[in-house]
Amino acid sequence: MIVGLVEHDGGVVSEPSLQMLTLGRRLAERLGEPLAALVIGSEARPVVDGLAAYGVETVHHAVDDRLDRYAPDAWAACVVDLMGTAGPTAVLAAGTDRGNEVMAHVGARTGLPVGANCTEVQPGDPFLVTRLRWGGSLLEDARLHGEVKLLTVAPHSIQAEEGPAAGGWSVEEFSPALQDTDFRVQVARQEGRPAGKVSLPEARVVVGGGRGVGSPEGFGPLEELAELLGGVVGCSRVVTSLGWRPHTDQVGQTGVRIAPDIYIACGISGAIQHMVGAKGAKRILVINTDRQAPILTHADYAIIGDVQQVVPALVSAIREGKGL
Amino acid sequence: MDVLVCVKRVPVTGGRISLTDDEQDIDTRYLGFTVSPHEECAVEEAVRLVEAHGGSSTVLTLGPAVAEEQLRDAMSMGANRAVLIEAEGPGWDGGATAAAIARAIGDAGVEYDLLLFGNESADAGGYQVGIRVAHLLDLPCVTGVKHLEIRDGKAVARREGPGGFEIYEVPLPAVITVKEGINLPRYPSIPGRLRAKKAPVERLHLDAPQPGLEKIRLRLPQGRDKQVEILGDGAAGVERAVEVLRQIGVMPP
Ligand SMILES: Cc1cc2nc3c(=O)[nH]c(=O)nc-3n(C[C@H](O)[C@H](O)[C@H](O)COP(=O)(O)OP(=O)(O)OC[C@H]3O[C@@H](n4cnc5c(N)ncnc54)[C@H](O)[C@@H]3O)c2cc1C
Repeated sequence: MIVGLVEHDGGVVSEPSLQMLTLGRRLAERLGEPLAALVIGSEARPVVDGLAAYGVETVHHAVDDRLDRYAPDAWAACVVDLMGTAGPTAVLAAGTDRGNEVMAHVGARTGLPVGANCTEVQPGDPFLVTRLRWGGSLLEDARLHGEVKLLTVAPHSIQAEEGPAAGGWSVEEFSPALQDTDFRVQVARQEGRPAGKVSLPEARVVVGGGRGVGSPEGFGPLEELAELLGGVVGCSRVVTSLGWRPHTDQVGQTGVRIAPDIYIACGISGAIQHMVGAKGAKRILVINTDRQAPILTHADYAIIGDVQQVVPALVSAIREGKGL
Repeated sequence: MDVLVCVKRVPVTGGRISLTDDEQDIDTRYLGFTVSPHEECAVEEAVRLVEAHGGSSTVLTLGPAVAEEQLRDAMSMGANRAVLIEAEGPGWDGGATAAAIARAIGDAGVEYDLLLFGNESADAGGYQVGIRVAHLLDLPCVTGVKHLEIRDGKAVARREGPGGFEIYEVPLPAVITVKEGINLPRYPSIPGRLRAKKAPVERLHLDAPQPGLEKIRLRLPQGRDKQVEILGDGAAGVERAVEVLRQIGVMPP
């Protein structure tokens, strides 16, 4: 049996979990084993039915009043409990913050290794996996050992696809064995995000600025450009380290991942750690004084020139085109 | 309060990665080294906590002998002590690394109030060393923390969650893994650098274990270099850029 730990947000299965189940189903088919899902807490009830379409045969639903607020180690205890009763070949989760966190706890509880952010998995003993390093700039082929294989699936490395429905379909509620100490770490309260502005990960247009922008004030014209195009401003790590912009604007491996229709990158050299954050961009327009800058190998269009000159000129041209 | 902060030496790769001929590592012949931005912030957080609450901060790394450089970088930012677990070879997966760190902490007999880690290392990205150390030492662990306050013997930690922010409160001692953005790390001062140069580094040595996650080789993702279209030089490129924006459909109506 292959077990997939399914995450949801407000009663909707998260996309990375559906991608994980898709990989899990292919793995199960190759092994000739059934695919099962694990969902946790009473809030997960609405998602249970939709999982059959992804080839899930049994949904194991862990219920306990204390599971209503997220508690990483208690979730891990649910996984370990199910491992004891169901004896799976492998347990998979999505390579999200929560997925990686829970699986690390499972690894620690069982003494088993965990392969984080896998993109391909070949069954056998050991499993042969391909996984992401450097936020996705580098791949690693590895052997994953252990009596039960524990891994997470890198988000967006495969597309979620529905599959042939499994023969039977059942939901099995269970009460996992949970100690009070499993809840030592639990969400005490939540705060919403400030409403209003388009967020960087969702923006259709991102205007990014790097060291080449020259100063905090240099971002004025970039703001103007972003506003005209209904987009938002992002930046490189050099810019946040210099204190020119807040870290919430940073695009890259240790910042935000963007997926706009166009990324206009101004005075950014194109370090791999920056570019992994912009991998989802459909098109990249570069404004840079250096024709040899690495970012040009990722770009669709480029203007070779000084940000301070080009961006204001672009702003005026757009205003004119718009008839302002 | 006594704070331990764990860091990992990684190369500064710049615009392109090249691999060694045996495909086991990044070719670092022409590269400098650093730690992950998450860990740089962890060091800064440790130093600030000690400035605010008293006590001392210790920086620890598991890695090759040359990782002393990253320990001295951390001491130049204000960390008081440094421990180097000298460990070479490929066997150091998340489980082995955590076991070695937990053992070093136990053997040192220091009761740390707080153990700080980066949320994930920059290179291997296993997302597990801090959590595994927490289990080995039976401590609570909050990951991905972007704001931390210590009050009344408790850590109040905030992180991003689905749809907003999550706040956790855990008693000390605790393990906290942090993300970049929790603070803005300082630049080391000249006196700080001089002090760090002379400061002692405690050394332990460990043999390579049998890994549970065993690297076979590294590969570069399928090259998808694009053919870039140069729209022009300076302001002369703007006209065609507007055309492009119009085609894509992002020009204002
Ligand atoms: C583990 C790790 C994680 C990292 N994570 C991130 C991350 O999440 N995000 C990130 O961005 N970086 C990250 N970095 C840092 C990254 O390696 C680079 O240092 C950084 O992205 C470079 O920023 P930059 O392009 O603004 O600056 P530089 O590399 O200095 O480039 C400046 C560019 O501006 C151009 N320029 C200069 N003047 C002008 C002008 N007047 N007009 C037009 N162009 C001009 C130059 O030709 C150059 O190409 C990380 C590094 C490490 C080691």
